[in-house]
Amino acid sequence: MTTANTNAIERYRNNFLKEVEANVEEGHMVKMCMQCGVCAGSCPLGPHWTHSPQKIFMMIRAGKRDEVLGSDSMFMCTSCYNCMVRCPRQLPITHIMHGLANYAHRLGLAPKGQPTRDFATLFWNNAIKKGRVNELMLTLRHYFRGGLVSGIKEALGMQSVGLGLFMAKRLNPMEIFGGHGVKDLKGFHAIVAKAKEIEDRKKGFTA
Amino acid sequence: MTASIATNQTILVVGGGISGMTAALEAAECGKQVILVEKTPVLGGRTARLYRYFPKMCHPTCGLEINLRRIKQNRNIRLMTMTEVTAVSGSRGNYSVTLKVAPRFVNENCTACGKCAEAVTAEVSNPWNYGLDKMKAAYLPHNMAYPQRYVIDPSIVGTPEGEKAKAACPVGAVDLDMKEETVTLSVGAVIYATGWRPYDAAKIQPYGYGRFANVITSLEFERLADPQGPTGGKILRPGDGKEAKNIAFIQCAGSRDENHLRHCSRICCMASLKQTQYVREAFGDQGKSTIYYIDIRAIDRFEDFYQMVQKDATVSFVKSKVAKIVENAENGNPVLHGVDTEGYHRYATEHDLVVLAVGMEPEITGVKLPDDVILDSSNFIEGSKDGGMFGAGAASSPLDVNRSVQSATAASLHAIQVIRKTASTEAV
Repeated sequence: MTTANTNAIERYRNNFLKEVEANVEEGHMVKMCMQCGVCAGSCPLGPHWTHSPQKIFMMIRAGKRDEVLGSDSMFMCTSCYNCMVRCPRQLPITHIMHGLANYAHRLGLAPKGQPTRDFATLFWNNAIKKGRVNELMLTLRHYFRGGLVSGIKEALGMQSVGLGLFMAKRLNPMEIFGGHGVKDLKGFHAIVAKAKEIEDRKKGFTA
Repeated sequence: MTASIATNQTILVVGGGISGMTAALEAAECGKQVILVEKTPVLGGRTARLYRYFPKMCHPTCGLEINLRRIKQNRNIRLMTMTEVTAVSGSRGNYSVTLKVAPRFVNENCTACGKCAEAVTAEVSNPWNYGLDKMKAAYLPHNMAYPQRYVIDPSIVGTPEGEKAKAACPVGAVDLDMKEETVTLSVGAVIYATGWRPYDAAKIQPYGYGRFANVITSLEFERLADPQGPTGGKILRPGDGKEAKNIAFIQCAGSRDENHLRHCSRICCMASLKQTQYVREAFGDQGKSTIYYIDIRAIDRFEDFYQMVQKDATVSFVKSKVAKIVENAENGNPVLHGVDTEGYHRYATEHDLVVLAVGMEPEITGVKLPDDVILDSSNFIEGSKDGGMFGAGAASSPLDVNRSVQSATAASLHAIQVIRKTASTEAV
């Protein structure tokens, strides 16, 4: 076959849709979208993000890998499930969006400094350390993510809330020294490691 | 060897709409005995309640008149109105059917003079106009009603209103002592021409049907355009009675939706394309129709009708399934929200009136049929295991009038085969 022919075929091969189907949670449902637009119109945050689910699905089918995986749209999903309950084809839209976000994050293609992505990373790292969320450290790390000055400013702004939580025994200042964990920490870490191993295998990250 | 296997030669047709009338007539005109059973007091079904047909834009009254004339002339058809089938037992060629006949409270002496309606003051919701207006509780369902006989609504029986109707009748036709009757018949084959009903639009929550006065169904719009309808053929919106010149049509309202009706109802695209021409007829170039669609399915040979409407400057098309409707509190206008697929533009467009092109749901949905009857996943009738019962018209598939007539003729032929089948043909 001539190069021109091969090139022409390549355009239609759509490896990206296959990649999504293989590696993204519920990715096999992307092809079921009939582009009616109900998800885009039903999204409460719709006007605030670049690509609606409808558009993302069409971009996947058009093979726009960089644009899709570099989009911040999947991170804007608040999991309200409006799109999912209204989709006439019953696509698990919310799950696909989260799946895409996770896939883009793991590939390192997700937008840098995206607040939802940053906070999710912070939360995950915090939670798997001891099996319980250390809320004090999570909040502090979140406040000081932009440096010392902005951190102090943000913490001062929230001090009445913090004090209230402390008085109600919902916030323990002693958590700053590592905090409490689950009983069988070793077992917990083994579970997380196994889960990661399974996920890596399923999403094609096994080296 | 030439004797029929079927022990009974009569064909039962359930439903007196266009499909039922056609099925009954085709069999009767072949010399078969037919019992035609209709739930409402009149023949004609939903077809008779349309303003015009696509694609020729003619009036249903024309076809109705021809069919009624054929029925009146045919001795082989026994018509039973206000009658429902409650049970079917037996098997192919030998069914026992139980019918429940509701009282009409008017006997065959009625001359349709209308004096009972003049005497009565009580009003009930008018099903002929899909409840858009009220009618007297003693009524003739519509001008072309057949049988041409009045009906007394059961709500006034046993009240002074009922007595008024009785006293006003000059020929003693009002009989308030009529009771519900149960009749058992033997038939050889059954044709279910039970038709369809519009999908309950209130279930499509984001569209606000029932909450917003100016969101109506396509069937209600037919009645608004009809000179016999509640507005005398003027397109006035229900909210405030203003002329609705800027009308939105929303396709797939319930259809092609796993949460509602999973099938494509086939007729709605053509129905909306047709209804844009009602708007043009009423307002000329001043009217404005906008069709919101997923994709236009102008079934079969009607693509030219679609092209004709596309050329109409008063009609525009937006490729988008509307996500939600909100009401502008100031003027009662519905505002349509969504994102279009051709460019992904977000829109919030205000219209005078929204017409939901509601899907077709089989009328038998929720009705207990004989175990032998086979339904598809949308409750359309595919036939029966013993091969003696058939679906016809919109009971068998979402069909327009044209295709319903074809389907009914086919069902009629199947039924004739059942009662004609002899031992020798059966062996083959």
